Amino acid sequence: MNSKYETHEHDVLIIGAGGAGLRAAIEALSQGANVGVVCKSLLGKAHTVMAEGGIAAAMANVDAADDWRAHFRDTMRGGKFLNNWRMAQLHAQEAPDRVRELEQWGALFDRTEDGRILQRAFGGHSFKRLCHVGDRTGLEMIRTLQDRGVQMGFDVYMECTTTRLLMDGGRVAGAFAYWRENGRFVVFKAKAVVLATGGIGKAWPITSNSWEYTGDGMALAYEAGAELLDMEFVQFHPTGMVWPPGVQGLLVTEAVRGEGGILTNKNGERFMEKYDPKRMELSTRDVVARAIYTEVREGRGTEHGGAFLDISHKPAEYVKRKLPSMYHQFRELADVDITAGPMEVGPTCHYMMGGVRVDAETAATSIAGLFAAGEVAAGLHGANRLGGNSLSDLLVFGRRAGLGAVEFAKQQAVPAVDSTQIEEAERAMLAPFERNTDENPYSVHSDLQQIMQILVGIYRTEEDLNSAMEGLARLKERVQRLSINGSRMFNPGWHLCADLKSMLTVSEAVTRSALARKESRGAHSRIDYPNLDAAWGKQNNIISLHGDQMNLEQRPTRELLADLQALLADEKGAGA
Amino acid sequence: MPDVLLKIFRGDREGGQTADYQVPVAPGMVVLDALHHVQKHQAPDLAVRWNCKAGKCGSCSAEVNGRPRLTCKTRMDSLPQDKPITILPMKSFPVIKDLVTDVSWNYKVNKKIPGFTPKAGTNWRMQQEDIDRVQEFRKCIECFLCQNVCHVLREHDKHEQFGGPRFFVRVAGLEMHPLDGVSRVGLLKKELGLGLCNITKCCTEVCPEEIHITDNAIIPLKERVVDEYYDPVLRLVRKIRGG
Repeated sequence: MNSKYETHEHDVLIIGAGGAGLRAAIEALSQGANVGVVCKSLLGKAHTVMAEGGIAAAMANVDAADDWRAHFRDTMRGGKFLNNWRMAQLHAQEAPDRVRELEQWGALFDRTEDGRILQRAFGGHSFKRLCHVGDRTGLEMIRTLQDRGVQMGFDVYMECTTTRLLMDGGRVAGAFAYWRENGRFVVFKAKAVVLATGGIGKAWPITSNSWEYTGDGMALAYEAGAELLDMEFVQFHPTGMVWPPGVQGLLVTEAVRGEGGILTNKNGERFMEKYDPKRMELSTRDVVARAIYTEVREGRGTEHGGAFLDISHKPAEYVKRKLPSMYHQFRELADVDITAGPMEVGPTCHYMMGGVRVDAETAATSIAGLFAAGEVAAGLHGANRLGGNSLSDLLVFGRRAGLGAVEFAKQQAVPAVDSTQIEEAERAMLAPFERNTDENPYSVHSDLQQIMQILVGIYRTEEDLNSAMEGLARLKERVQRLSINGSRMFNPGWHLCADLKSMLTVSEAVTRSALARKESRGAHSRIDYPNLDAAWGKQNNIISLHGDQMNLEQRPTRELLADLQALLADEKGAGA
Repeated sequence: MPDVLLKIFRGDREGGQTADYQVPVAPGMVVLDALHHVQKHQAPDLAVRWNCKAGKCGSCSAEVNGRPRLTCKTRMDSLPQDKPITILPMKSFPVIKDLVTDVSWNYKVNKKIPGFTPKAGTNWRMQQEDIDRVQEFRKCIECFLCQNVCHVLREHDKHEQFGGPRFFVRVAGLEMHPLDGVSRVGLLKKELGLGLCNITKCCTEVCPEEIHITDNAIIPLKERVVDEYYDPVLRLVRKIRGG
């Protein structure tokens, strides 16, 4: 082990400090483990803070008939049955306890008349199920978890970016990272590592995601030899802002529709009648996103290429109380008063259903000692995620990953890390300073985003996906030539060089998987294969690294247990 | 598109000065968009802290034309375009580089505050009207603009004796939580130096979440400190009990 690097040692190292990472940390701490949390931003700024609508949990506080079975059924239907059913089952069963826990740690949800946690309607949920705080549920959640973790005493390494997982033979041994502030390198040694790094939205230009969402965890896992699952399923949220240009893609919460918002086209037609007459605006996100996209493409879009979303038929005070962020966001950024008139909205890249393949019970990946939870992991949501199921995912599987990591760490000695991998990781990071080319990371990023937006968007064809593969191959060469000026002190251009590497890896995985899946299912819509295909419905796409090549194979899904099968067949209370 | 001149602080702990950048202005553009434009086209190493670009995370605080603001919520068309726009880092915290400041002091203060501790035997029922005022405090996005403008910190550097408005808001949220069972009044008086605040309301004015920091958090907390420490009857009781 090379002593020239700052080194920290923990039983459990958690990469990412959003909902999943913090929940994992709390669980590992409560089991007595020594826990370190590494995060790219300041504590409390992770993407969870932007979640708006709520946490889905069958508490049955508002609709007494709700229970885990109905939540399980809705989740599987929303995911077009490609979900890891065991994850969907555990998630539905455990979410209510995870929400109660948050309340016991100080979270204050909106209340029912009789003083319990209030729940609202949301797309694809057959009962009022989302526990919420106005439209700032994510803030409440992350602050509660953050305060709990601080109180329990975890070590947090803020503004510190991981660029490589360190291995001891076939098992994970820690991570190599740099401090954003001064560019110095740091080595973390750990018996177990939990990835909780979130999604990949920054590979698209129109996205609700923050700069952090560059697919780091998926790329780290892939490079270490782990398997990625069903990477073709990228969720485009139906309602992002479309005007003005600077805010394009910014999220407009589904809670607007949950609270009764109506979608119309420029002719005033309530077009969801054509696409899903039963569920209308509260259809699943894949359906509503395609509906808006189609209305615009066929010439019925608004002035700025979107649809109208109107909640102004509700009393102004009600709108301001239940949707305060939306009210302020539109008033301040778009000069629109949503209590008086409609918003203009259109699809925005929002969430990654695919990701690192994990075991349902323990969140273990295919690499010993490596765990993953939250958006970086795959399985729970299948081909399409229901709104509200992400925050509950973070809590349920964050906790399970923390437990899984501690159980693993208990049985292990401190791993050894040879200095070769560290030196390699350092060389890779320093290379852009040593080159003198005119290849700028910002222009490579823009070009990547254009490819993904135009060729790997809501609707896909073989021809487009093949052109995307060619474009990505050219970008991979350009990334090898990136050059950067200035010092290592807080240098965003240099940071982007590392992030681009992750974005390119996940973009290629998305495109390859999308090419392979010759059907349309959930968020993956192929114009050349517009229907569901029963055979594809029983197969997952698995991406892994073979030598230096990205390998794709299909693997059959696990057969659903008979009693759960019966639940899915039950029509009671569930949407189409 | 018209161009506007930005004067952006470039420098680090050792010092620095503003540098000029011309940026084209698009409809609806915010100051953070302009900073990103500079990064992309002129200065890839310009240090800016940001995350959500939606006013929800509180990362992108800076002083725009002398006013502490979230740059993601400051519209370019709300500023005079015929004059240069000056963008400086928050003054009350040490500069790391360019617009990025060292806000770690805030995280240290936060650690002093005992977290939520439920009363024994609670049944977890709460009425909405009993939590409305706490929900106001919990809107805080930790942008630290209130800390930045508070003169106790900004002019007098009392970082060692004073918690600052952000943490009075946090304590208020805990103290007024209907099910919380511990008192933080001693902490407010001694370690967080609540008495140093002379309610000039600078914090309230800059809060992007429009939290009534002074009226709803600080003044009620000051009343609690007075009740606890200066109420003659209670003082007598404490004396008799030997407290």
